[in-house]
Amino acid sequence: MLSKVSKLSDASKQITETAKRIYSDIKKGKKAEVESPIRSLSNVTYNEKQGFFSLKGNMKKRTLSANTVKTFAQTLRLMTLSKALIESNDIATKREAYYVSKNWDAARFKEQPESDSVMDDIEAMFQVNREQLGFIADEHGGSVAGELIVIDKDSSTGRDVRIDCTKFGSGSYSIPSDVESLRFETKAEFILAIETNGMFERLNKHMFWKKSKCILVSMGGVPTRACRRFIRRLSDHTNKPVYVFTDGDPYGYLNIYRTLKVGSGNAAHINEFFCVPRARFIGITPKDIESYKLPTHPLEEVDIKRIKDGLKNDPFVKTYKTWQDALDKLLKSKNRAEQQALAKHGLNFVISDYLPEKLKNNKDWLE
Amino acid sequence: MKDSKISSFTDVQEELKESHKAPIAESKYKAHELAKSQREISIAEFFEKNRHLLGFDNKRKALLTTIKEAVDNSLDACEEADILPDINIEIMEMGTDKYRVIVEDNGPGIVREQIPKIFAQLLYGSKFHKLKMQRGQQGIGISAAVMYAQLTTGKPARITSKIHPNEPAHYYELKIDTQKNRPEIINESEKEWSKDHGTRIEMDLEATYFKGRQSVDEYVKQTAIINPHVTVIYQPPKGEQLMLVRASDKKPRLPEEIKPHPYGVELGMLIKMLQATEAKTIKQFLRQDFSRIGDKASEEILENAGLMNNTKPKDMSRDMAEKLIHGIRNTKIMMPPTDCIVPIGAELLEKGLKKEVNAEFYTSISRPPNVYRGNPFLVEAGLAYGGSLPKEGTLDLMRFANRVPLLYQQGGCAFTESVTSTNWKQYGLQQSGKNLPVGPIVLVVHIASVWVPFTSEAKEAIAHYPEIIKEVRLALQEIGRSLSKYIGKKKRVGEEMKKRSYIETYIPHIAEALKELVGFDSKEEEKVRVLLASLLEKKRGALEAMEFDPSKNKEYDEEFAKIGRDDAEQGEQIE
Repeated sequence: MLSKVSKLSDASKQITETAKRIYSDIKKGKKAEVESPIRSLSNVTYNEKQGFFSLKGNMKKRTLSANTVKTFAQTLRLMTLSKALIESNDIATKREAYYVSKNWDAARFKEQPESDSVMDDIEAMFQVNREQLGFIADEHGGSVAGELIVIDKDSSTGRDVRIDCTKFGSGSYSIPSDVESLRFETKAEFILAIETNGMFERLNKHMFWKKSKCILVSMGGVPTRACRRFIRRLSDHTNKPVYVFTDGDPYGYLNIYRTLKVGSGNAAHINEFFCVPRARFIGITPKDIESYKLPTHPLEEVDIKRIKDGLKNDPFVKTYKTWQDALDKLLKSKNRAEQQALAKHGLNFVISDYLPEKLKNNKDWLE
Repeated sequence: MKDSKISSFTDVQEELKESHKAPIAESKYKAHELAKSQREISIAEFFEKNRHLLGFDNKRKALLTTIKEAVDNSLDACEEADILPDINIEIMEMGTDKYRVIVEDNGPGIVREQIPKIFAQLLYGSKFHKLKMQRGQQGIGISAAVMYAQLTTGKPARITSKIHPNEPAHYYELKIDTQKNRPEIINESEKEWSKDHGTRIEMDLEATYFKGRQSVDEYVKQTAIINPHVTVIYQPPKGEQLMLVRASDKKPRLPEEIKPHPYGVELGMLIKMLQATEAKTIKQFLRQDFSRIGDKASEEILENAGLMNNTKPKDMSRDMAEKLIHGIRNTKIMMPPTDCIVPIGAELLEKGLKKEVNAEFYTSISRPPNVYRGNPFLVEAGLAYGGSLPKEGTLDLMRFANRVPLLYQQGGCAFTESVTSTNWKQYGLQQSGKNLPVGPIVLVVHIASVWVPFTSEAKEAIAHYPEIIKEVRLALQEIGRSLSKYIGKKKRVGEEMKKRSYIETYIPHIAEALKELVGFDSKEEEKVRVLLASLLEKKRGALEAMEFDPSKNKEYDEEFAKIGRDDAEQGEQIE
């Protein structure tokens, strides 16, 4: 599968083949069909050895009919755009692709979520990554600072460009949407992935990376695919651990940490390449809320729903008793705490006490 | 309800007479003083002060009521004489808020000596308390109109009537002596009249003429809809004469008069009947003067009442009459005959609707007869849906009683309660709470009865008898079911059409995308389109056309439909 990631023209070939199959079905008077895996948590399994959510293989079949004719037309239209992008070595953001569809008269998308969804279907259909189809995310991939040199290429000269991530001052290096060709040089001991930009800035400003010999990555909420792939490649390259520092709430645990570590149900076909099995959780645990006496906010209804849903349906949670206990505890306490809550003990308490203690005491880490 | 009102008027008169009789001595007490200002009031005087009770509350309504009373009489007379009615109605503007109304018929005419009493004495006539399906019920209406005309313009009513081609016509100028409720003959003469027979009445009255809702125009039109055997020639004060020619030469079967059914009789009426009867014994009275009482039933009633069979009706005290009512209530008596009612018939009702509105769907029903308080009645209903009817707004209800349109007091009518208490949502219409449903619908409801219970003498709304409300509701449910079938079918066809247009819209996109991806030429692209079209539409079969076709309804009469609608309403229709 990894070879697929490097051979971009594969997607183009698959598109053409699918189109030919549909064409020949129509010629035979058969109703054409396209198939893609069901994109949901219910269609993934997890085992620790493998390290990521993998597809169970339940497929969604879309047969050309009066009810599906519009989506069918839109899917083929978007495949045409994708093929053109690949062949001209160009890219389009998801937003741009949505705007391109405005040329398609009745087949245009009304809102971007519609085009995003069809795009996800095409990805899943061919089991490729969005970038291989020529589409990229709208938002940037995250920020990096610390003991790392990224080797990129100058797009005009084709020569190597060495980017030293210690030299950005109070700023940072921005992860590009395509990270496949990046190379790395580093002497860091670990990678610290942080949920919020605020916390990243604090650690960067006080050069936490220098003191702890690490690379800081800001995810800014749920990590983008580029960010996930960047961390994965970095961790593969350095063979060093990845620590994830999030809020003490179900969003931080499940949507951010779990997605980074084992992937998601929605884009399960790419999990294999976008998971970071080495990731370990050093964020705020329910136990931390107690022992650090952190200020809290009450769990909202969506939080409670997320916890219950996780306990019931998430194959990752179901594998680890420690996570089930943590979520149970959070549910019972009815409260959550943010990273920034540590500021109660002083603005730099996180640097002076929390992180060093956490990093030393790996017995309390959650899987 | 009607009965009680009438008896209360008579009571007023009688009580006043009593007080008059009492000798007034010296002004010893306050009561003596008050007695000086107490005097007899005639019914005519009473109505003069309470004109709203008879439908003369305002100038606009007065014009309608006057015409309506005259037309009711004309139609009743024609039908009784088995004549296909030709009615002439003319309204002339005589000055500010002054109008002349002329109504002329080809009826049997009225014998000379009866003319003054019929037109200029209240509560005179052949119809009072007669249990027969007809338009007039009391003998108040036309004389009330004459009185109203006289009160507002001071002019007498002019009546011409002829009973046979060989007889001369009689002409009268009549006023009502409102003190005595007696006709006052201003002028009387014999006259040449080219007509074979018929009656013509001419009155000058204070009124205002409007077009649109609740207008004379609308009344005339609805009268034509509900009486397809009638020809009306109508000359409004402005504009062209309208000829509404009969749609059917078939005269409705002549309704039969029936005797009252014991279940419907009240104490006051029973006492009057006991005084008026020719029967020698109470048993004979029961058998002769009521319907559905034979030997056995009369004996059972008297046994249940604890009365002797041979009691003389004249000897019956009030207490005994009350016992008799009790006896009747406790005896099982056969329901009254129902063949005395003549329905319009679902078919004719629908035909009338088709003439008036160009809709896409029509349905109608004539219910079997039923009984309320001993009075047989029958409900008919028709419905027109969609087509050129405006989509906004609530259901348009047209109410009729014994073939007379009811234009006022819709809110207080039992029909309205039946409509609002029916759940129209289950038939595919919108309805919020207990309101009229929303939708492009004209609904016609007709009640035929030997005695239509109105809420007032103005005969504008049907009283809320549970039996009537229920019967109307049953009729509505039946037409509701066929409406819902139609709406359901239309919806299914609409969805199918949408799917087909969907297919047509997106096929070219599939073909074009495949052309680019596979790399074939435009000729092949066209082939793919054709293949896709046949592939996707293959199994969809032929579709019944549900689109509204305005030319499909052959009965529709655009000129006719315009009558009684003001310009604004016509605008809505076009939209």
